[in-house]
Amino acid sequence: MSTATAAPAAKPAEGLFSKKNRKLITDPLNDNNPITVQVLGICSALAITVKVQNAVVMSLSVLAVVVVGNMVISALRNLIPGRIRIIAQLVIAAGLVTLVDIVLKAYVYDVSKQVGVYVGLIITNCILMGRYEAFAMGNKVWPSALDGLGNSLGYAWILVVVAFFRELFGSGSIMGLRVIPESVYATSGGAYFNNNMMILPPMALVIVGIIIWIQRSRNTKLIEQA
Amino acid sequence: MKPTFAKGGKLEKLHWVFDGLETFLFTPGHATEKGAHIRDGIDLKRTMSIVILAMVPCLLFGMWNVGHQHYLAIGELVGRGDGFLEKFIFGAIKVLPIVVVSYGVGLGIEFLFTTIKGHPIQEGYLVSGMLIPLVMPVDTPLWMVAVGSAFAVIIGKEVFGGTGMNVLNVALTARAFLFFAYPTMMSGDKVWVNTGLEEGQKLVDGFSGATSLGHAASGNIAGVVPMLDSFWGFEAGSIGETSAFACLIGAAILLLTGIGSWRIMLSVLLGGAAMSAIFNAVGPSIGNEYMQIPVLHQLMLGSFFFGLVFMATDPVTAAQTNTGKWIYGFLIGLMAILIRVVNPAYPEGMMLAILFMNVMAPTIDHFVVQSNVKRRMKRAALQTA
Repeated sequence: MSTATAAPAAKPAEGLFSKKNRKLITDPLNDNNPITVQVLGICSALAITVKVQNAVVMSLSVLAVVVVGNMVISALRNLIPGRIRIIAQLVIAAGLVTLVDIVLKAYVYDVSKQVGVYVGLIITNCILMGRYEAFAMGNKVWPSALDGLGNSLGYAWILVVVAFFRELFGSGSIMGLRVIPESVYATSGGAYFNNNMMILPPMALVIVGIIIWIQRSRNTKLIEQA
Repeated sequence: MKPTFAKGGKLEKLHWVFDGLETFLFTPGHATEKGAHIRDGIDLKRTMSIVILAMVPCLLFGMWNVGHQHYLAIGELVGRGDGFLEKFIFGAIKVLPIVVVSYGVGLGIEFLFTTIKGHPIQEGYLVSGMLIPLVMPVDTPLWMVAVGSAFAVIIGKEVFGGTGMNVLNVALTARAFLFFAYPTMMSGDKVWVNTGLEEGQKLVDGFSGATSLGHAASGNIAGVVPMLDSFWGFEAGSIGETSAFACLIGAAILLLTGIGSWRIMLSVLLGGAAMSAIFNAVGPSIGNEYMQIPVLHQLMLGSFFFGLVFMATDPVTAAQTNTGKWIYGFLIGLMAILIRVVNPAYPEGMMLAILFMNVMAPTIDHFVVQSNVKRRMKRAALQTA
C-alpha cells in the first residue's frame, strides 16, 4: 500500500512515510513493545495463546479495533469535550468491538466460539485505551493510524510467538496441523508426552518472561538503571 | 595444569569451571581476593556436602525399596529379609541413571551460566541435584527428569540471579513442573512401582501400585499401610521419601552439624500434628474415615518427613527471622495435611504447601521485622519521654 497511497497525500510538508512516521510503526515492535516493555494486554496474552490460530484471530481483531478506533478518535479529537473523553472513547471502542465480534461470528464461527468472550474483552485491553488516550487524542489521523498499526503489530508478534511454543509443546501441532508425529507418543508406543503445563496460563507468563529476557539482553537500552 | 585456566591462559573462559572442580573437596591455598577476608573450614560447598551426606540414608533405602516393591509386585522374594542384594541392585539400576541425568543436566546448565556470567560456580545445585531424583517416581522417563531439572535451574533459579537468590525451592520447582506438565507420569497409581516384567514373570493378583495416600484419597482407607511400615518405609512412593526413619537419620545429621534449622523442623511437625488432631476431633461427626487416621500415623505417611527435613529447611527459601521460621514451618505442616486430606485432586500436599510458603516467606519476615521495629520504637519513645 505504500507507494499507491503515498503519492496523493504527499502535499503536506511531511511525507507519509517520513522517518518520524516510520518510527511510529517500528518502535512498538521492539523498543516500546506494548507487551514486553509497557507490559499491557498481558491478560489476553495469557488467555488466548493456547493455539496459534486463536492468537492470529485475536491479533487481527485488536489490530482492527485499535487502528480504526485511533483514526476515528483522532478525527473527532477537537469535538470531544475533555471531561467526558474517556466515555466517548469507550463508546467508540465498544462499537468497534461489537462489529468485530459480529464479523467473526459470520465468517469464522469455529474460532469465534473458542476466542468467544475474549473478543468482547478487547474493550478492556489496556493497549486500546492507552493508544486512544495517549496518542489519538493529540495527533492527526494518519499518524494515529500508523501508531495503532505499529502497536497492534507489536502485540501480535508476541502473541503469535507465545502461541507457537504453547501449541507446539502443548498439543504437538501448529495451526492445527500435527507437527510432532503421532508415532512418538507414549499412547502409540513412543516415549513422548504433551506438556500439559504449556496449556495452563502460567506457562504463557513464563514464555513472555523469557521473551523479555532475550529482548533485554540484546537491547541493552531497555535495562533500567539501578 | 592450573596456568592453562588462569587469566591470559589458553582456556581462560573455563576458569571458573576449573576453580569449581579444584575446590570441590579441599581448600586450595590461595587468598581471598575481595570482600570479607574470613576463611572458615565450612563454606557453602562443605555445607552442601553435609546435606548430601544426610540424604544418603534416604537414597540407599530408596534403592532397596524400589527393588522390594518391584519384587512384591511380581510375587517373588516377598519377605523383607529375602534377597537383599537382588533388591538393592535392581533398585540401584533404576535409580542411579535418574541421579546421573539430574546432576548432568543441572550442573551442565550451571557451568554454562558460570562461563557466561563469569562468576565462581555456585554450589547450590549439589543438593538440588540429589533432591530431584529422590522426589521422582521410579518410572519417570529420564528425558522428563532432564526437562524438569533444566526448567528448575533456569526458570527457578538462574533468572533470579543464581544460588541464594531463588524464591522457590529448586527441587520442588522441578517436581511441580513435571507434576503439572505430565500428570500421568507423576501421579496416579501406575508410576510408583516398577512393573517391568521379564519373561515368565507376571503381576500378582490384586496388585494395585497405588501409594497409601493414593488409596486414602480415593476413599480406600484399608489400603493405607500400617504405621510402623510407613515409619520404616515399606510402601510405594517416590524414590527417597517413603522412609520416615531414613529422613530422621538425615535430620539428626543436619541438626548435629547445625545446618538445618530445628525451629523449622519442629514447627512443621507441630503444624502437621495440630491439623491432624483437628481432623481427629471433627472426623467422627462428619463420618470421614480419612480424617480419623491417628495423628502419628498421618505424619508418617507420604513425604511429610522428607519435606520437613530436606525441603522446608532450605535456608534460601525459608523465612529468615526466628519468629518467622515458627510461623513458616507451622503453616507448612498445617497446609500439607489440609491439602492431603481435604483435596482429593492432590493426594499429597507437602510439595504445594512448601512452595506456597516459599512464596509467603518474605512477607512473613517483613511483618516480623516491622513489628520488632515498632516495639523498639515504642521503647525508645518511652525512654526519651
